[in-house]
Amino acid sequence: MARAAVRGRLTWTLAEVVDLIDETPRVRSIVLDVPEWIGHRAGQHVDVRLTAEDGYQAQRSYSIASAPEDQRLALTVEGLPDGEVSSYLVGELRTGDMLELRGPVGGYFVWEADMGGPLLLIAGGSGIVPLMSMLRHRNASGAEVGAKLLYSSRSWEDVIYRDELERLASADHRPEVVHTFTRSQPPGWTGYARRVDGQMLAETAWPAASMPSAFVCGPTPFVEAVAAALVLLGYPATSVKTERFGPTGG
Amino acid sequence: MESDAMRVDGNAMAGVLGEVFDQDMTTVRVACGGCGKVEPVGAEHAYVRAPGIVMRCCHCDSVLLVVAHTGETYRLGLGRSKWLEFAERA
Amino acid sequence: MAYVSRGFRGKRAKEREDSRLPPGQYLVDDFPVLSAGPTPHSPLDEWTFTIESEVAELKRWSWESFRALPAEEMRVDIHCVTKWSKLDTTWEGVSIDTLLEGVEHDATHAMAFSDGDYLTNIPLEDLLDGKAWVAFAYDGSPLEPEHGGPARLLVPHLYFWKSAKWVRGLRLMDHDEPGFWESYGYHIYGDPWREQRYAGD
Repeated sequence: MARAAVRGRLTWTLAEVVDLIDETPRVRSIVLDVPEWIGHRAGQHVDVRLTAEDGYQAQRSYSIASAPEDQRLALTVEGLPDGEVSSYLVGELRTGDMLELRGPVGGYFVWEADMGGPLLLIAGGSGIVPLMSMLRHRNASGAEVGAKLLYSSRSWEDVIYRDELERLASADHRPEVVHTFTRSQPPGWTGYARRVDGQMLAETAWPAASMPSAFVCGPTPFVEAVAAALVLLGYPATSVKTERFGPTGG
Repeated sequence: MESDAMRVDGNAMAGVLGEVFDQDMTTVRVACGGCGKVEPVGAEHAYVRAPGIVMRCCHCDSVLLVVAHTGETYRLGLGRSKWLEFAERA
Repeated sequence: MAYVSRGFRGKRAKEREDSRLPPGQYLVDDFPVLSAGPTPHSPLDEWTFTIESEVAELKRWSWESFRALPAEEMRVDIHCVTKWSKLDTTWEGVSIDTLLEGVEHDATHAMAFSDGDYLTNIPLEDLLDGKAWVAFAYDGSPLEPEHGGPARLLVPHLYFWKSAKWVRGLRLMDHDEPGFWESYGYHIYGDPWREQRYAGD
C-alpha cells in the first residue's frame, strides 16, 4: 500500500469537488472525491492543472492536508493576490466542479508513524498544510512519537486549522504547538511576536541529541533561514527536510 | 549559498519527473559531476518557473537535470549529473 | 484537449489587438519572473561587459564606461516561449551596434553569456541594425535583479529566452552553436511569428 502510494497516479485524473471549507479569510480547503484514489503519505502533494476554454493552461502544486487515514482527499490553498490558480481555487471553484490533478507525488518530504521521531515541524504561513497532514496522521495512527509544531503566522486570524490545532494540543500524546505572530498579536498575547529565528528555535526545538526528524515548510526565504538555523543548533542536514513554496508561499 | 525566492526543492519536480520516469523520483540519489556530492532528488534545488524545469545541485548549483516539455515529448537533459541511483522495485 | 475548468480565465489581460500577438501567445498585465537558477548579484564595481572572439577579448567595458556610452529609449513588445506577451514595454539601453562599433570580426553568430553560466546563441544579423540592446533600465527604473539587472540582453523580435538576463558579454563565432535552452530542446533560432518554440518546429 505504501509503495503504491509512492508511485501514485502519475497521469492527470479528474476529481470532483465535494466540499469547500473556509479556513481563514484567504485560505480554503477543498475536499475531493478522486476516482480510484490509492491513498497517500503525509507530506505528499498533488499537481493541479486548470485549462481555459481557449486551451490556456496553468499548473501549480498543492500539499495534501488530509491524513492518509481520512476518507477523502483534502487540499488547503491560500489565495494569493496575483495568483491566477490560487485565486480561482479559493474564489471561483464550487462544489460539483471537477478539478484535474496528478498525484500524490513526492516521496521525499513524507512522514509515516513507523519512521519514528521525535518530530519537529516548522511552518511559515500556508507551509502548515503538509505538516498538518503529518499531525493528523500521527493522531489517527495513535503513534506515540513526540511532536512539536512551531507555526509562524501574520496574526491569529491567519492561523489555519486554528481550532483543530487547539483540540490536538489537548489530546493524548498531544503535539506541543507554539505560535508566533509576525504582524499583530491577539489581545493579552504573551508568546512569540516575531519571525522565527535561531533564538526561538533554540528555545522551542528538540535538542539535537534526541535525534529528531525536522520538516520545514513555507516560503523559500523562511525555509532556508530556518533550515540553516537548525543546522547551527546541531541538527544533521539529512535530518532536516524542506518543502520550499517559492516566492509567495504557494 | 544566498537565499533565492524562486528556488524550491526537488520534491516540486516530482509530478513532471514522475511522468517521465513513471515512478517517484524524489528518493532517487543523484551524484553531482560538479562537486561530487550525492543527494536524493528531493533535497536538490529546483527552479520550476522557467521554459523548462531545472534541477541544480544544492551544494554547488551545477545543473543536474533539465526537463523541457515540448507539448508532445519530454526532453530530459542530464546536465552535470554523474549518475542516478534507483532502488530495486519489488 | 484537457478538461476545461469551468470559469477559469487565468491572469491574462483583456483581449486586445490580436495582430500584435504572435500565434499561441497571451497578453499579461504583470511581468512574470522566470528563472533557471539563482539570481546572481554581481557588484557593479566588478561588473564588466566584453566582446570576445573564440580566442581573444576584443573589447571590455566597466559599468562606468558602459554607462558612458550613448544609450537610447525603446518601446517594444516582448514574447516569452511560455506563451505570455507584454506589449509596449519601455527600456533604456545601449544598442549592440554601438557596442560592436570598430570591432573587426568575420563572425556570423554570437553567444551571449551571463552570470550564472547562462548561454544563448543568436545570429549576428539579428543583433544589428537597431534590433538589439544591452538594457539597464525597464519602465523608467534601473533594471531589477529578478528581471536581469544590472543589465540584460534585449532582442525583442525573438522569444524572450534569447534576451539573456545578467548578460556579461558576447562571444563572436563563425558558426552557430546551441546555448542553454537550445541544447535542452528549444528552437535554435526562436522566431515567435513562426512559433519556433522547440527544436523541429
